[in-house]
Amino acid sequence: MRRSSPFAWIALLAALAGLAFLLVPVVAVFADTGPGRLLDALGEPAAREALWLSLRTTTIAILVVIVVGTPAAYLIAGREFRGRALVLTAIELPLVMPPAVAGIALLAAFGPRGILGDAIEGAGVELVFQTAGVVVALVFVSAPFFLRSAISSFEAVDPRLLAAARTLGAGPFRAFATVALPSARGGLASGLALAWGRALGEFGATLLFAGSLQGVTRTAPLAIFADFSEPDGFVSALALSAVLILVSAALLLAVKLLGGERDLAGGGSR
Amino acid sequence: MTAALEARVSTPLRDFELAAELAARPGRPLALVGPSGAGKTTLLGAIAGLLSPDRGRVALGGETWLDTERGIDVPAERRGCGLLFQDYALFPRMSAWRNVAYGAAGGRRARRGAALAMLERFGIAHLAEARPGALSGGERQRVALARALAARPRALLLDEPLAALDTATRRAALGELHRLLAELDAPVVLVTHSFDEAALLGGELAVIDRGAIVQRGDAAEISARPVSPFVADFAGAVVLRGEAEPAPPGEPTTVRLRGGGRARSVDAAAGPVAVCVFPWDVSIEPAGAPPPFDSMLNRVGGRVISVTTVGNRARVGIAVPQTLSAEITAESARRLGLRPGLAVTAAWKASATRLVGEGPGRSNREAAPASIGP
Repeated sequence: MRRSSPFAWIALLAALAGLAFLLVPVVAVFADTGPGRLLDALGEPAAREALWLSLRTTTIAILVVIVVGTPAAYLIAGREFRGRALVLTAIELPLVMPPAVAGIALLAAFGPRGILGDAIEGAGVELVFQTAGVVVALVFVSAPFFLRSAISSFEAVDPRLLAAARTLGAGPFRAFATVALPSARGGLASGLALAWGRALGEFGATLLFAGSLQGVTRTAPLAIFADFSEPDGFVSALALSAVLILVSAALLLAVKLLGGERDLAGGGSR
Repeated sequence: MTAALEARVSTPLRDFELAAELAARPGRPLALVGPSGAGKTTLLGAIAGLLSPDRGRVALGGETWLDTERGIDVPAERRGCGLLFQDYALFPRMSAWRNVAYGAAGGRRARRGAALAMLERFGIAHLAEARPGALSGGERQRVALARALAARPRALLLDEPLAALDTATRRAALGELHRLLAELDAPVVLVTHSFDEAALLGGELAVIDRGAIVQRGDAAEISARPVSPFVADFAGAVVLRGEAEPAPPGEPTTVRLRGGGRARSVDAAAGPVAVCVFPWDVSIEPAGAPPPFDSMLNRVGGRVISVTTVGNRARVGIAVPQTLSAEITAESARRLGLRPGLAVTAAWKASATRLVGEGPGRSNREAAPASIGP
């Protein structure tokens, strides 16, 4: 048998420690409460309302991100134009922006006294303290995750495949739908998972922009914080947290399976 | 009979300008032959509509696909111009039949039927469900051809159709492709960097170098009358540099070869010229042997620098001191005991010797010595 080097042992130790550190809190959420109390806590209307609201708002936000983001990413990926680097940086800015800053920025833009506030009011749309405002905040913070991944996976599509499709009579849309989309599927799916996960956990921007009104803008993360602030609310907070963990994990798994099982195993999709 | 394809394209490439004009009619494939980077693929791309040249006109019969002066640029998908890509560009996530059905006309069932029939025609119906990744190079080439033809192209372009194949497959594919192109009722332009392939597949050849077509004609014409040392070298001739001395009428021209030796040719020339002779026209005699009484006017002494045997033939490199190569039978090579360093005399007829001025060839590289040896 070959003797392993000290470095191999150190690396193994680091990996185990890291994995444990990431997993222990997740396990603790379930271990601390127990299934009975978890279910009781979920029976409360406020908790159910928060979860339902989170599910609705994130789904709508993600649909908006996909419908607008996919063609936009395809366009940006396929073109060389002046200021392209600037556009890419602008897309990534919300990624590194602190959520509270995002909330303030949204207020400054779309709030009642924001630069577009009058126009939005004139159109008869209300965002602040409204569910629609939650969706706006979610789109703002989650879109970059999807866009970034989508652009790079469209860039990786072999341009000769698109050219071949065109010489076979396929117009731009058919080439996009039958050649580019399937080739980019893996990258789109992982971008989708990241964006949805980010939307599901959104807290700061939602709180500042849309507030925390039960049943209207209080999504699951906001409800967790609200419960936590109550004297005896820790159990309810734990219960909601447990559900969010399960939903996030299921989401990640489903999207990755959708994008091809090879991605789950860690391999590339090409 | 379908219409002829005509193209005139000029557009800047990285190091030079592509400025070429060509025409192909059904039943007589045009082989565009030239070294890598001569602009062949760009020219095909402009014909297919995959790129827009600065200036040019492309038309199929009376239908204009591109006319930069009149602002016409029909998108690729509406030209009906098939293109076989060098590495085939099969859709990796589709089975073979779905690849072939992609460009076929009609409803789902009609397209599937057309695809299966086309695969049948290429003898690969049993591979209909296979993905490109599971196919061999030869099978992929057939799927790609089937895909291009299933779309019923009105003109067909082939970019190095055999380059991605191994040598054994290439020989078989060459025969198949030759038959296929002869049957096709559409103009065909194919691109290759191999003169032999072009000679076998093309009814007409156009030699392209650094973006310009330097000579066109059939393979025999080009071999017999290369317009430039580049074309001669490309067609497989040995190219030796030298200075021609004007000869009186009726006498062969004498060329003093650079580095030593003399060659004679029936072609008239004066000044710097390239002496071109095909290796199979050169015979080898032992040095010092009394010259036989024969019709060979050229006898040049030199040393063998390499002997490469392929099958029953041997290619012999001889420094005279410029490099000459001779193609003889392997048996003769054995009989003469050829080995590097041996002094020999190379002989060939003045009538098999072409003298070529620098001509209209645009290549500014030194005509390379005929390739020899491993």
